[in-house]
Amino acid sequence: MRGTNAALGAAGLAAFLALGEAVPRLGLVKEAYFPPTSRIASALGDELADGGFWSALGDTLTGWAIGLAIAVGAGVVVGVLVSIVPYLREATASTIEFLRPIPSVALIPLAVLLYGTELKSVLLLVVYASFWQVLIQTLYGVQDVDPVAEETARSYGLGTWARVRHVLWPTALPYVMTGVRLAAAVALILAITAELVIGAPGLGQEIAVAQTSQAVPEMYALIVVAGLLGLLINVGARAVERRALAWHQSVRGEVAV
Amino acid sequence: MLDVRGLKKVYEGSGRRVEAVRDLTFTVEAGELVCLVGPSGCGKTTLLKCVGGLLTPTAGQVTLADRPVSGPPPGMAFVFQEYGRSLFPWMRVAENIELPLKQKDLTKSRRRELVADALESVGLTDAAGAYPWQLSGGMQQRVAIARALAYEPDVLLMDEPFAAVDAQTRADLEDLVRRLWRERGMTILFVTHDIDEAVYLGERVVVLSASPTVVQEQLKVDLPDERDQLHTRVAPRFAELRTHVYEQIQAAKRGTPEDAVTKSDTPPPH
Repeated sequence: MRGTNAALGAAGLAAFLALGEAVPRLGLVKEAYFPPTSRIASALGDELADGGFWSALGDTLTGWAIGLAIAVGAGVVVGVLVSIVPYLREATASTIEFLRPIPSVALIPLAVLLYGTELKSVLLLVVYASFWQVLIQTLYGVQDVDPVAEETARSYGLGTWARVRHVLWPTALPYVMTGVRLAAAVALILAITAELVIGAPGLGQEIAVAQTSQAVPEMYALIVVAGLLGLLINVGARAVERRALAWHQSVRGEVAV
Repeated sequence: MLDVRGLKKVYEGSGRRVEAVRDLTFTVEAGELVCLVGPSGCGKTTLLKCVGGLLTPTAGQVTLADRPVSGPPPGMAFVFQEYGRSLFPWMRVAENIELPLKQKDLTKSRRRELVADALESVGLTDAAGAYPWQLSGGMQQRVAIARALAYEPDVLLMDEPFAAVDAQTRADLEDLVRRLWRERGMTILFVTHDIDEAVYLGERVVVLSASPTVVQEQLKVDLPDERDQLHTRVAPRFAELRTHVYEQIQAAKRGTPEDAVTKSDTPPPH
């Protein structure tokens, strides 16, 4: 069954690539704007041999990783604090609901004003966008604490910190993991957006440069790289999730008792 | 040892005022196994949570070894009915048992020793490395009991611990509790809705009235110390005692404080 699915998936991808090759060759779209798959592939090969490409990729990943780390750290800490300090959740709920829907890209002028084209500009946007994903999931997760588990911990004399560590955190972890996975994807989108629009160094900037210099196959090649990056990040995040939540019913599956 | 005096608990909220427990007074001596039995919904769990310091009573006082209980006291362990939710699924069996011990000032080797000893007492030495959800319901509840044992409490509170397991497992667990009580000399306060279980297990049965709850009767169980499922349950004295408790519960449900209501510690006549 697994083998069949993999074969079907590969066949689908091959058909898609063949279509990308055929459509421009048949003249259905202009080759100048939509080069066939083979030309994109060869442009990708050229990029991979180029040092500039690798340093751009490094810049993008740096912005992504630092931004994501800050967002996850801050989201978890704020989420737990807001939940366990009495009245804080009620007091902050409306502010969170107001700030959360502000699209991160709307902060681009502010970022430029503050930091120009530095890495900090990218970080501001990445952190703002991914922070909310983590925060909201953490808030939900903390609410999910089982009253019986909580009472058990209290009856055995576990203090506040021990309860946060041994009861609240493991309960919230599945939610936090979902938040991190969403945040990882959003962080990549924002990192590339920031580079593209602001001109901070990275894959986004390379895409913009390729576009303005009419290097159309190269532009597509870079877009493909950005897509592959997103795919890898998602696969990686899922693997981390499965490892960390081996005990959770969403991962462990049915057990024979 | 454990003294409950004038205990009253009123829940207030959303315009509703529920008097769960009206006025409860009883004492549990050190080393005694007392069963609390009452009609369903009579506030047994509320009472036990007040005793365990998990709920604050509206009035009255609980004292453990002459100290008023204002929060979960160190010398007390609680076994919940919902073992599946009371054990932490993210920890293995041994870690679950060890966690409360980490709050005590014990060396690592001493903790290990207590965990191994508790697991052996409940016959689950092989399950130390398993996750709770890999075990059957009866085994999970034994893990919860082992966790309480390892904590070395003076008083063990059990809140309908066997209500969710099948009848055969339940019989085994009842014998386990009797054995542990006799081996370890703990004081046990055991809440149940099952009259047979209360009589089979207890040295004394405290019968509670329907809500708002008061003590309907206290009854000494004069069955021999050696009890077993086969013989004790068919003994004529067992039948008399369970019939008596059953009548009391029925009276409690009707809400008629019958003349039979005695607050003495004497068993009913043969």
